[in-house]
Amino acid sequence: MKTLKEVKVGETATVVKLHGEGATKRRIMDMGITKGVELHVRKVAPLGDPMELNVRGYELSVRKVDAEMIEVL
Amino acid sequence: MELKIALAGNPNCGKTTLFNDLTGSNQYVGNWPGVTVEKKEGKLKGHKDVIIQDLPGIYSLSPYTLEEVVARSYLVSEKPDAILNIIDGTNVERNLYLTTQLVELGLPVVMAVNMMDLVRKNGDKIDVAKLSAALGCEVVEISALKGEGGIAAAEKAMAAAQAKKAGELPHVFTGSVEHAIAHIEESISGKVPNNFLRWYAIKIFERDSKVMETLHLDAELKAHLEEHIADCEAELDDDAESIITNQRYAYINGVVDKAVKKKAAKHSLSTSDKIDRVVTNRVAALPIFAAVMFLVYYIAIGPLGTFLTDWTNDVLGTAWLVDIPRGWLEGVGCAGWLTGLICDGILAGVGAVLGFVPQMLVLFLMLSILEDVGYMARVAFIMDRIFRKFGLSGKSFIPMLISSGCGVPGVMASRTIENERDRRMTIMTTCFVPCGAKMPIIGLFAGALFGGSGLVAVSAYFIGVAAIILSGIILKKTKGFSGDPAPFVMELPQYHTPSAKNVFHATWERGWSFIKRAGTVIVASSMILWFLQGFGFTETGFGAVEDNNSSLLAAIGGAVCGIFAPLGFGNWQSTVATVTGLIAKENVVATFGVLFHIGDGVAEDDVALWGAIAQHYTMLSAYSFMVFNLLCAPCFAAMGAIKREMNSAKWTAAAIGYMCGLAYLVSLMIYQFGGLITGEVSFGLGTVAAVLVLAFFIYMLFRKNKYDDNRLTVSAVHAAKVVTR
Repeated sequence: MKTLKEVKVGETATVVKLHGEGATKRRIMDMGITKGVELHVRKVAPLGDPMELNVRGYELSVRKVDAEMIEVL
Repeated sequence: MELKIALAGNPNCGKTTLFNDLTGSNQYVGNWPGVTVEKKEGKLKGHKDVIIQDLPGIYSLSPYTLEEVVARSYLVSEKPDAILNIIDGTNVERNLYLTTQLVELGLPVVMAVNMMDLVRKNGDKIDVAKLSAALGCEVVEISALKGEGGIAAAEKAMAAAQAKKAGELPHVFTGSVEHAIAHIEESISGKVPNNFLRWYAIKIFERDSKVMETLHLDAELKAHLEEHIADCEAELDDDAESIITNQRYAYINGVVDKAVKKKAAKHSLSTSDKIDRVVTNRVAALPIFAAVMFLVYYIAIGPLGTFLTDWTNDVLGTAWLVDIPRGWLEGVGCAGWLTGLICDGILAGVGAVLGFVPQMLVLFLMLSILEDVGYMARVAFIMDRIFRKFGLSGKSFIPMLISSGCGVPGVMASRTIENERDRRMTIMTTCFVPCGAKMPIIGLFAGALFGGSGLVAVSAYFIGVAAIILSGIILKKTKGFSGDPAPFVMELPQYHTPSAKNVFHATWERGWSFIKRAGTVIVASSMILWFLQGFGFTETGFGAVEDNNSSLLAAIGGAVCGIFAPLGFGNWQSTVATVTGLIAKENVVATFGVLFHIGDGVAEDDVALWGAIAQHYTMLSAYSFMVFNLLCAPCFAAMGAIKREMNSAKWTAAAIGYMCGLAYLVSLMIYQFGGLITGEVSFGLGTVAAVLVLAFFIYMLFRKNKYDDNRLTVSAVHAAKVVTR
């Protein structure tokens, strides 16, 4: 299973499934990370975490711990 | 008839700008009942009977964040006459997600597509008619920043409110989901207000715990509804909440494809992205961050800030505010004690605080600019990694930065932290940063005993930061701060040119809350203090005393000062100064001036005061006293802010108790261990106590986090589940 955490800077991936549950999962979905959406990894913060994504035309930052819950292709 | 229009939209969509534009200065700022989310309302310009209710900036109407719960319970229970939904025209897709939820409420909705100037500049096209048809509400184009279309949008919302008609509900979901929702609607019909029927049905489908609590459905009905939901879940192979979210976005995708034409290619770099490539660059981000912070501080506390402070203190605060009235009062032959009360008690107290205002305004001005530009979110992005280690979030940096100016707005700035646990932790620790009012204390002791060494101030900041870090590590392992880790899912808004109106508004709002403090708490406490130190019992009975060593204040200080003896400052003057420091930290200096018979208008660089301090303190006891005053309970105004933001007597007491306790223990260690080295104190009970305290701190720092353990096992189980699938 490949997760968002493993996607390299500058690469684009498609969301397959969201793992986890409750507030965190809902929050991630509310922000537009849903099944089938394209995520473009823009960069990683200077200290290695969090990462910056381009999703649905805007910039979103997600911690790597949470990125691990996002299964991508 | 009075109309209520609720202003709803995502954070960063320009809602604040529009709200200021619509209401002007006619605003009322308070809190939503029971929670610490800011509530703003105002009257629409030119329409006395129309109230604009600003809702918190939200992305969704989920039951998980405080802001969202506040917004939706307002919409459902207060039933505003219309909703004015602002969406960011440069980011239609995510903004419409909230819109799909708002229209379900069955209230009249008008959508205002904001930032149209930017949309046009980018060469993009938005087909308003198609948006309107797809979402079943009227759509207007506005540009809040340029002041275009705002009033027209509000008037459209007024018309919609008067018509009392909600739009045609769009069919957002697919067949089987709509089918299940229709079933639920049928079952709960009559149990909820008719126009909220669909909203409740969808919430039940999502198994929204907060809605289920309020509905009190009987078990049989619940089981029946559950069947429908489970069937649908089985068919679509996903959980109900995800189904709803996915389908909303799928619907929006379709709408956006038809209605929005973007000129630029997907994932291409906008100007904002290009700026970000440099500003949050892996190599350059930290140096740029340091440079920005240096610039802010250089301007606020450097030459310009110092000039402003000096001028207000010497000219406005002393010459105009105190000396001129004194001349008048003496001229008209006013009684000596009354002149004293007015000039030395009230006016001098207010003047001391007002002297601080210009510097504060400069600082707030710059922070407001950073906020308005969009840099603050980047600060959180850059700093998150560090702060998370101490149980805080990247957003904690902002309150702490502001606290170095003043703890009151610093504590207030903690509102931007969504997670309650992170917010409480931030409130509890943010006042450890030496604020501007603590600077005179540092300056006084540095000048009197350390030859004016700048190292004293540096070490004060170091101690403040260390107190935050160590507190974070210790507190996050305690029961009160255990729980699920907070998601850090944060939008990085587009950079934009700051709007002068917004910046000045924000600066003034913060500055005003500080000035109000000078007008209320400080005046009252200055009067009480003036009385306590000017009056006392002498051989001739109670009355005004010449020598304040025989004042009431001295008596009170003398009675309790013993508890500070192990810390090296058991004299009553120190106790009294600490107490007056609770009114405002800069009072400590003035109090020493009075108590050592130098005068109450002294500054921290007064040579006579330095001499008096040097007589009463050693370097070590002075340092211990300074550290105690830096870490212990902040001033009354900041404590008030803590109480407001914690919104709980228990947490307020815990926060203030923790600060005082930590201050006492740290000063104890400094004096006892330092004293052993310098030979100032000999080995004794105090040393033993200090060793125990040190051992306790080390244990608290390095003990295993048993709550974290639980969390790990939970995620391990979860990971196992994922693998077996």
